[in-house]
Amino acid sequence: MATEIRVPALGESVTEATVAKWLKKIGDSVAVDDPLVELETDKVTLEVNATAPGTLAEITVPEGGNVGVGGVLGTIGDAGAKSAAPTTKPAKLPAAEKPVPAPAQAAAGRSAPSADVLERSGPAVRRLVEENKLDTDAIVASGKDGRLTKGDVLAQVERSATPAVTASQPMPVAPATARRSDEREQRVRMTRLRKRIAERLKQAQNTAAMLTTFNEVDMSAVLAARDRYRDSFEKKHGVRLGFMSFFVKACIVALKELPAANGEIDGDDLVYKNYYDIGVAVGTAQGLVVPVLRDADAKSFAEIEKTIADLGKRARDGKLSLDELSGGTFTITNGGVYGSLMSTPILNPPQSAILGMHKIDKRAVVIGDKIEIRPMMYLALSYDHRIVDGREAVTFLVRVKECIEDPQRILLDM
Amino acid sequence: MSESFDIVIIGGGPGGYVAAIRAAQLGMRVACVENRDKLGGTCLNIGCIPSKALLQSSEKFEEATHSFAAHGVKLNGVALDLPAMMARKDKVVGDLTKGVEFLFKKNKITWIKGIGRIAAPGKILVQLVDGGGTQELAAKSIVIATGSDSLDLPGIDIDEKQIVTSTGALALEKVPEHLVVVGGGYIGLEMGSVWRRLGAKVTVVEFLDRITPNMDSETGKLLQRVLTKAGFVFKLGTKVVGAAKSKSGVTLQLEPAAGGDKSELKADIVLVAIGRRPFTDGLGLQEVGVALDNKQRVKVDAHYQTNIRGIYAIGDVIAGPMLAHKAQDEGTVLAEMLAGKKPHLNYDAIPAVIYTWPEVASVGKTEEELKAAGIVYKTGKFPFTATSRARTNADTDGFVKILADAKTDRVLGVHIIGPDAGTMIAEAALAMEYGASAEDIARTTHAHPTLNEAVKEAALAVDGRAIHI
Repeated sequence: MATEIRVPALGESVTEATVAKWLKKIGDSVAVDDPLVELETDKVTLEVNATAPGTLAEITVPEGGNVGVGGVLGTIGDAGAKSAAPTTKPAKLPAAEKPVPAPAQAAAGRSAPSADVLERSGPAVRRLVEENKLDTDAIVASGKDGRLTKGDVLAQVERSATPAVTASQPMPVAPATARRSDEREQRVRMTRLRKRIAERLKQAQNTAAMLTTFNEVDMSAVLAARDRYRDSFEKKHGVRLGFMSFFVKACIVALKELPAANGEIDGDDLVYKNYYDIGVAVGTAQGLVVPVLRDADAKSFAEIEKTIADLGKRARDGKLSLDELSGGTFTITNGGVYGSLMSTPILNPPQSAILGMHKIDKRAVVIGDKIEIRPMMYLALSYDHRIVDGREAVTFLVRVKECIEDPQRILLDM
Repeated sequence: MSESFDIVIIGGGPGGYVAAIRAAQLGMRVACVENRDKLGGTCLNIGCIPSKALLQSSEKFEEATHSFAAHGVKLNGVALDLPAMMARKDKVVGDLTKGVEFLFKKNKITWIKGIGRIAAPGKILVQLVDGGGTQELAAKSIVIATGSDSLDLPGIDIDEKQIVTSTGALALEKVPEHLVVVGGGYIGLEMGSVWRRLGAKVTVVEFLDRITPNMDSETGKLLQRVLTKAGFVFKLGTKVVGAAKSKSGVTLQLEPAAGGDKSELKADIVLVAIGRRPFTDGLGLQEVGVALDNKQRVKVDAHYQTNIRGIYAIGDVIAGPMLAHKAQDEGTVLAEMLAGKKPHLNYDAIPAVIYTWPEVASVGKTEEELKAAGIVYKTGKFPFTATSRARTNADTDGFVKILADAKTDRVLGVHIIGPDAGTMIAEAALAMEYGASAEDIARTTHAHPTLNEAVKEAALAVDGRAIHI
């Protein structure tokens, strides 16, 4: 008996995913819990495992196709059963073609899923899909048994802001990019993750009144502490004493004093939070992700370092859960690891502030009336001026600077 | 000695007997405890079936008396043979209840004739009706499906002769001169319709300022107008505070609902139809510890399980609309759940029907409910006067009203008053089960000329593009 491979719940507010990679081919034998296919969502990549043993009989959604929660990805047939004629169609046509194929091409490129869903989804859906030349695979289906409802399609039409097509004559839509494919160019489809990051970056810029204020910090004290305690710390706690724990702790001192930086704007309300979930930005091959250090104020230096190390590793391996990526109240990003001297970080919505750390450079600075060589780091605080005012932002950075230059202040909550 | 079953159902009404049959189909060993000498519960014996039989017969009498002439069918006077009408009703009831007995035999369900009491979880004691003493039953699962009973009016004594419930109203020996119906809900209006057609003067006394309080108010208003045209007298916003019986009839004491001067109303027969209460008498629930809610209904979770493991309840005895089909579907779903399946009952798509003529039927939300929830909706309304088939049938009272979400066009509620509304509503229920939009209904071809073209046109009207009006 065939078992359908379905898209599992993807997490809070995540309703669709893209099939990134099929890990099995048609005809491959499958055991329970074998990973079958990788799905990419706005936040993470996850694997869908087999719920029954058998052979992979059918791949309903090929790589690159979009699916909604509960959608059918394929089927597992009886072990040893002759696999059904593969319904995977050849990989998407070269991207020089316009992104939304006209119905005729859709029929050639992706027959089984679209035709079946359309047939089962009622005349209103069929009309709208035809009139707006929509790709049904891209529409999240909320109807019974994976059907599309008129509401689903209307929402899609709104989202893609397709110009209204008069029913009288379907416009022959010319390819959106009339560019001829050029051997000197390489066209790569945006991954879902990148698309989503792009969306959020623009959203941050468009909503917040974003400014950046700068300061610089003398890292000598922290470097000295690290030198002094490096080995014994590692011996006792099993993890290296890095910079991040100092900065997280310093930020918390500052956030407690200037709660606006830990707050959020929700409609007409300013929401001040009494907990400190600090996001620590990590660069991965797929893009920047920001796993969250929960209740960072309750964590020790060692716990902070351990958690960051673990989250960072799992981020690079693509094994973060959606819970670990959501809900932060403040973010720290470190461009210094790549060599950045100074930068203007962009906010991580809906947060109101983000601290940018940079590279540590030995510089000549004036202490008292003498010139000395100190290891300096520029700090940047980008903030949403709608909730954080200038004085608060500047004071925040000053406080962080003070705590880093004299870590005893962290101890004394000064 | 104790007989052992997988499931014992107390109550052989629509909830109970359907649960029994489904459970038996799924391979369970089933027993059903019912003390009435016939199966089928209130519905088959003293509810849905006998009332519909009388409504049908009385409608025929009404047509013959008032409507045939216009069709060119002339009669030399029409006479009523009430005993024959009652005998036909009894035969229909008898045939159907025997039918359920046959289904029990076919599915090998044991019918224990007696009154059941839950002695302990998994144990039922049945007081057998034929004087055979007590029988003990052991069951893995016990289902309470004891249904409901008429609500009494405080201070008014029901004797089922002069002051009756629907049970008595279904078996009156002669057409009363003046029938007063206390309660403007569907039971009162249906029974009132039967006797009005057969010649009685009917007055309906209702506490609220409208009839059919749970139905869409526009349909309620039209129903009241049509019934008034047919001769009903309505006293709304009025309560009954006393009744005095005499050989010649009953004198009711009335008072405005908000208080005020009393008045009197004389009746030959008084029908008390103010609602129904869940029936749990004699089940031993208190001793076993089964919890009831604040309306004396058995409290159950999403799986119809009471607070005692292994004891379940369905139908009129639990919360929800007191409808036979709701009980039947709960019975089916519970049986399937006990067999390990995962069925689901969509309470938002259960139709409700009033079998007056015109019939009233609805499924989904009323306008009042949508407004209260702050949902923005569009309305599409289409009258039967504009439906060809209704005109050919000379039956044009009523309309179809479809409520759809203003943004997604999803059908949120359908309300029909008119000929065959009860049948027509099934299309709407099916559409709502699939989350259909008004446009989906509008674009489905409906045969012509039929009454349910009005449904299609109402769907078109949601978008302002009805053709025939």
